[in-house]
Amino acid sequence: MQMQWLRNYIDKIKPTFSEGGKFPWLSATFGGFETFAFTPNKVTRKGSHVRDAVDMKRAMITVVIALLPALLFGMWNIGYQTSNTLVAQGGEAFSWWYCFWFGLVRMLPMIVVSYVVGLGIEFTYAQIRGHEVYEGFLVSGIIIPMIVPVTTPLWQLALAVAFAVIIGKECFGGTGMNFLNPALVARAFLFFSYPTHMSGDAVWIAADMWGSDALTGATPMGQLATGLAPQASALDMLIGTIPGCTCETSVIAIALGAIILLVSGIASWRTMLSVFVGGGLMGLLFNAIGANSYMQLPFYYHWLMGGFAFGAVFMATDPVTSAQTNCGKWIYGFLIGAFAVLLRVINPAYPEGMMLSILLMNCFAPLIDHCIISRNIKMRQRRAEAARKEVKA
Amino acid sequence: MSKMSKIFTTPLLKNNPITVQVLGICSCLAVTAQLKPALVMAISVTVVVALANLIISCLRNTIPPRIRIIVQLVVVSALVILVNQVLMAFVYDVSKQLSVYVGLIITNCIVMGRLEAFAMSRKPMESLMDGIGNGLGYGIILVILGFVRELFGSGTLFGYPVMEKLGLYKIGYENNGLVIMAPMALILVGVIIWIQRTKDKDLLED
Repeated sequence: MQMQWLRNYIDKIKPTFSEGGKFPWLSATFGGFETFAFTPNKVTRKGSHVRDAVDMKRAMITVVIALLPALLFGMWNIGYQTSNTLVAQGGEAFSWWYCFWFGLVRMLPMIVVSYVVGLGIEFTYAQIRGHEVYEGFLVSGIIIPMIVPVTTPLWQLALAVAFAVIIGKECFGGTGMNFLNPALVARAFLFFSYPTHMSGDAVWIAADMWGSDALTGATPMGQLATGLAPQASALDMLIGTIPGCTCETSVIAIALGAIILLVSGIASWRTMLSVFVGGGLMGLLFNAIGANSYMQLPFYYHWLMGGFAFGAVFMATDPVTSAQTNCGKWIYGFLIGAFAVLLRVINPAYPEGMMLSILLMNCFAPLIDHCIISRNIKMRQRRAEAARKEVKA
Repeated sequence: MSKMSKIFTTPLLKNNPITVQVLGICSCLAVTAQLKPALVMAISVTVVVALANLIISCLRNTIPPRIRIIVQLVVVSALVILVNQVLMAFVYDVSKQLSVYVGLIITNCIVMGRLEAFAMSRKPMESLMDGIGNGLGYGIILVILGFVRELFGSGTLFGYPVMEKLGLYKIGYENNGLVIMAPMALILVGVIIWIQRTKDKDLLED
């Protein structure tokens, strides 16, 4: 066992952080790191013994792996967009590898800030409340930098992460208790707090590797909101070589992640599918009305543009905030897709409807579940009564 | 603590009209985007609650129970009209900013709540103290909200450009647009309630 030395070391320092040791108040932090390295060896003492190889930490890691294709592509695309803009201005194009390196240098600080701030708050709360550190932020921490524009200043990102973790999650009791998706809360915070960085059609391309200056470049959604036809073709949007938020442009990379999530059974295919169905049907409805150029847009463009695919695969399927019943998931997903397209087309003030529509449906998910469950109870009661009558007769 | 001072201090924290009784939320969200209107509103409400409490308490034995709400409304309306006239005469710009919210003090739940719950059954001096206490309890929250929202939303305090003088804009600071919006005021009230309940375990109910 190569990892034996780590196990030995952890066992050696464990008493320091346990009851009676030097730093018992740090036990939650210690436990967080210990279970990060090793499967916890806690044995259930009483009650039911249900065990599964996938605990929350493994599930979260799988989601992070599923996010990797989109993340890697996003890094490359950051450099590619800058290169494109520079070429348009008469500069020289970046090489393939330099595109990726450029994006990596831009993305890393954002990821680090997101994790340091978010996990810092999570660990603090775990200490104060004396429970073990929950793993929820592992995923949120990587998603947040992936769904904001690359030009977002780091201090704004830090503020948004802090807001999302404290107001969006900890004040409801931490991981598993939040009714809003924390990553989307962070994005919504940025969207409403600093709108000049988050929307509009003249931002989102990094100017240089270290600064936070932005070059001009138009996103397809920005162009549509201002009544222009999008320059990007459907194929470009499918591959993802368009300006946009850091990692949500490539539908193909997101599809790879979706496959990982579906095969491992972590995300619900019902939710995912119904989001696309909802968005597509709403797009067809607008095609039928066809009052302006945005309404006449082919319905599948809505699947490819903006954060629709990313939201459908990684955000709508969040097991905590989505509907829990199977039937509820269909309704929940369908309404997310429909509202996203509705907001995009009808309200030019919010070019990206996906974030708002998922947050809206997050609020309604418990209600949907409640209705489904109470209907089910009523149905079974009626069935039982009918059976009783039959027996009597 | 004497009875009088207890009547005065309980509504400041322990029984704060906004964070504990959760009354008067509407105006508290609407007028706190800046500190000045928040302060003026706080003073206006304090004056109205205190005087209404005093007057109703003096009249309490002569008011027939069946029409007491009407009588209370007449008294409160008269006071609010007075306050409105004073505001228009001396601080016209703030009065413009507050617009309908001065008039809406009539419907502020804190005013009617104190009249019904306290002034109708207590002596005039006690009622006056209770009114001042509740008005100030409301005012404290308004001023805190106004302070936070104006400082972080507009970067000013009483119109004085604090953030600019500190040189924060030069190093990339920006005003937060969300703080100006009413939802953020509600979240801030929630945060105040959260902090207060963490400190004061008596307020926890479960």
